[in-house]
Amino acid sequence: MKARIKITLKEGVLDPQGKAIANALGALGFDGVGDVRQGKYIEVELKESERASAEKTVESMCKQLLANMVIENYSYELEDA
Amino acid sequence: MKASVIVFPGSNCDRDVAVSLEAAMGEKPAMVWHGEADVPASDLIVLPGGFSYGDYLRSGAMAAHSPIMRDVVKRAKKGTPVLGICNGFHLLTETGLLPGVLMRNASLKFVCKDVLLKVMRNDTDFTRSYDEDEVIRIPVAHHDGNYFADGETLDRLEGENRVAFRYCDASGTPSDDANPNGSQRNIAGIYNEAGTVLGLMPHPERLADPALGGTDGKPMFASLVGALH
Amino acid sequence: MSAQAAAMTPELVAEHGLSPEEYERLLAILGREPSITELGVFSVMWSEHCSYKSSKVWLKTLPTEGPQVICGPGENAGIVDIGDGQAVIFKMESHNHPSFIEPYQGAATGVGGIMRDVFTMGARPIANLNALRFGAPDHAKTRHLVSGVVEGIGGYGNCVGVPTVGGEVNFDPGYNGNILVNAMCVGLADTDKIFYSAARGIGLPVVYVGSKTGRDGIHGATMASAEFDDDSDEKRPTVQVGDPFTEKLLIEACLELMAGDTIIAIQDMGAAGLTSSSVEMADKGGVGFDLDLDKVPCREEGMTAYEMMLSESQERMLIVLKPGSEDKARAIFEKWELDFSVVGITTDTGRLIVTHSGRVEADMPVKMLADSAPEYKRPWTPTEPPALIEPEDVPAPNSLTDALETLMGSPHLCSRRWVWEQYDHMVMGDTVRRPGSDAAVVRVHGTDKGLAATCDVTPRYCTADPVEGGKQAVAEAWRNLTASGADPLAITDCMNFGNPERPEIMGQFVGCIEGMREAVEALDFPVVSGNVSLYNETNGVAIPPTPAIGGVGLIPDIAYMADIALKHEGETLLLLGAECGHLGQSLFMEMMQEKREGAPPPVDLALERKTGDLVRTLIREKCVSAVHDVSDGGLLIAVSEMALAGGTGLTLTDYKGPLPLHAMLFGEDQGRYVIAAAKGDDIISRAKTAGISVREIGETGGNMIRIAGEEPVPLQRLRDLHEDWLPHYMSSQ
Repeated sequence: MKARIKITLKEGVLDPQGKAIANALGALGFDGVGDVRQGKYIEVELKESERASAEKTVESMCKQLLANMVIENYSYELEDA
Repeated sequence: MKASVIVFPGSNCDRDVAVSLEAAMGEKPAMVWHGEADVPASDLIVLPGGFSYGDYLRSGAMAAHSPIMRDVVKRAKKGTPVLGICNGFHLLTETGLLPGVLMRNASLKFVCKDVLLKVMRNDTDFTRSYDEDEVIRIPVAHHDGNYFADGETLDRLEGENRVAFRYCDASGTPSDDANPNGSQRNIAGIYNEAGTVLGLMPHPERLADPALGGTDGKPMFASLVGALH
Repeated sequence: MSAQAAAMTPELVAEHGLSPEEYERLLAILGREPSITELGVFSVMWSEHCSYKSSKVWLKTLPTEGPQVICGPGENAGIVDIGDGQAVIFKMESHNHPSFIEPYQGAATGVGGIMRDVFTMGARPIANLNALRFGAPDHAKTRHLVSGVVEGIGGYGNCVGVPTVGGEVNFDPGYNGNILVNAMCVGLADTDKIFYSAARGIGLPVVYVGSKTGRDGIHGATMASAEFDDDSDEKRPTVQVGDPFTEKLLIEACLELMAGDTIIAIQDMGAAGLTSSSVEMADKGGVGFDLDLDKVPCREEGMTAYEMMLSESQERMLIVLKPGSEDKARAIFEKWELDFSVVGITTDTGRLIVTHSGRVEADMPVKMLADSAPEYKRPWTPTEPPALIEPEDVPAPNSLTDALETLMGSPHLCSRRWVWEQYDHMVMGDTVRRPGSDAAVVRVHGTDKGLAATCDVTPRYCTADPVEGGKQAVAEAWRNLTASGADPLAITDCMNFGNPERPEIMGQFVGCIEGMREAVEALDFPVVSGNVSLYNETNGVAIPPTPAIGGVGLIPDIAYMADIALKHEGETLLLLGAECGHLGQSLFMEMMQEKREGAPPPVDLALERKTGDLVRTLIREKCVSAVHDVSDGGLLIAVSEMALAGGTGLTLTDYKGPLPLHAMLFGEDQGRYVIAAAKGDDIISRAKTAGISVREIGETGGNMIRIAGEEPVPLQRLRDLHEDWLPHYMSSQ
């Protein structure tokens, strides 16, 4: 199956890239743009077929490598192949 | 004194720091490949600057899981001094040897230039040859040097006197104007609790030779040799 | 022969950039219709980029030899002896079009490509430079392009860990539709460990190493055959994406392999990828190649032979190994986590035979592929040189100091700090002269020797008079190296021009080459490598002729080099070289009169050499504390740059000469240097004895620029103007 993982910055962590995107959108004439936060999107193909064990694997991937838990949160969806 | 420089795929300041170490120690440090399981017997371990694994995902994130890092962490915890410069600092935070994280520079740009640093304490193996509050000129060269930690952690670091260097002006006053990356409280480098692990963004090895335009980095290597020989 | 064989229609041939005559030639060579793969292979081998078909006849006129030259043009890069068993290997190359389409990746892959040209010959890259030309600052695309190109160059070079130490940045409306990104790399090798591309020997393994092959950079025009593939857009990125991390690993792996005794020949897969690398290696070795494309590591599924042969995926090399050394080589590349695959074998057939999925997709004579490219002597009309403008005919400004401030704070002359602070210019620990001086200097690691490098050309001079402009570009590179204290060794050239099928453009090319040839000869400054980029035009508007010159020089001992900074108070400032007050094509005229008129300043090559030789001698004798050549903007700009660099002011002596004051201060006469010395008298008499014009122009000291009869200009104000323009421009929307 495929895991679709989103890594986002925790609330309160300064996001200079997000801020730059917000500024750029403003400059392009998009009014009414509030806070912009950016993050990462990662797709991982898994050999697992069982959802529960896949979830465990993905959790562990996120905590160990994909996200830095000091500043980032993660969320994911699993999709059957 | 024996020193080991750990080399990761993508390290690129490994030779530079080895040159500075050799000049100070009188012998070459061991260059240790990341795939090794053990660091050879060393009085000092250096994690050099560069772009380990291309800085892909997050700076230092993948190198932190190299086989050698398990041994580095073990030895650091037993008291072997560890110096992490730039990408080495990233690694120290990714492995948890130092708290906090280094985020993208506030300018969003890579910055390579000399900056002024205030030496916050001179009672560690890394800084004995400096004066306390001395202002030194050291280059930075990074994209992700913006030190971030929560307020509580920052308070603790300051309370425990663990800030090693701050970006400052010529008079030694830490200032946002002198800060090249937007780091919190103008932090350029920090120690672990015991003062035996130092992570810093500036590159002392880049100004340790008069031909390169300055020698303010040299006392750090002299300090280490003095303390560890 | 291929199941996918497409019918050879005139449209298909035209889409591959071949003229009907060229196609006839191809038919004669093969004796039959080509397969689609063969058509693709021929089209890239005969493209302007690979064959130099419009430029070769002229390039051949450039002097390429000298006692210092180990290898001139024709290999991946030029090689020059620097003594003690070492050589400097360098080249400059354009990546103009890709950088206009996607500035970050275009510039990044330009840097990556030029580094591969250098390390494929056995050199460790030790310095990068780049010559960048953008459109007018107020053009809608300029800011975005500057930002992307600078980030791309930094992103690649910084990660690989090779310092970017110098170069130039220009703004000119002539580049609005076609920017120029010329990247130069300088490498260092041992003379007994230099590697070439000739695959000599039969039955040798041909090895592919590096990144996997994808559909990157397969030219849009060559891809238009609908019957060849239908859903093309998704599959065919024409923009190559760089992976500097892999490049770093590839450098280390190749240098590790080169340290052993396993390589017969090695070549990077640059433009036209597997095609040009295999043809070149086979041709130079006088052998054939059998390639099995099933063995090529691919990143995408279902790639055809055509795509694999033409892919321009980055960070790949082709190596011919000594027999039996495959395992040793494989272990090195596996250690560095890179692909390694034996994809072929050298043969005695003299043919390039490409098989894929058991089918022969191409079978072509190597010699004909390499040598039979058409060579054109295209019609050309020389550029009519404009009339000389007398200094008296250019009106004086209301205020000389206002003019100084205007020029120093202009996009042409403002500080480039915003650019080079984004480049790691110190990594490798040998940058002994950082950006901001006449030439960057890197130390030869572990020695006291230094290599100086610079990039130069003044396109507005080349536009007005290609011959004088070509001469000036070479002379200025020579001058900048000299001003740093180096012995100029050799140059690489990057010839950027418009459409050569237009006689006036071809005339610019011919003129620039002629001027370059004269200067190269007079200065013993041979061309050892280079690159030609033609068709830089949009809607019939060509770029200004831009023959960018990359020069390299040797400093025997870095204790004896010079920079531009005024360091001491009370020193004498001397001007060496003749003063004519030449304002034609000057920045003064451009900024103050808003026009470009007249002839560019002529270069007297004999005087150039004599003056430069004296300056170098003075540096070696430690008679001078600062040296700067006089170039864009003239004398007042040169001394102001010296004052800012050292934080020391100066007072100019009251001028009693024949020229109008503004022409003396802003004229761009060539072959001149400003030097600062504790004692001027001895230098003056030596210059006079040598027949070199010399004048005491002032004295250092204070924190202002003082000109008699003018309000003094505080250095701080000048510094603010000089430093602020670029960051301010880049941060405004």
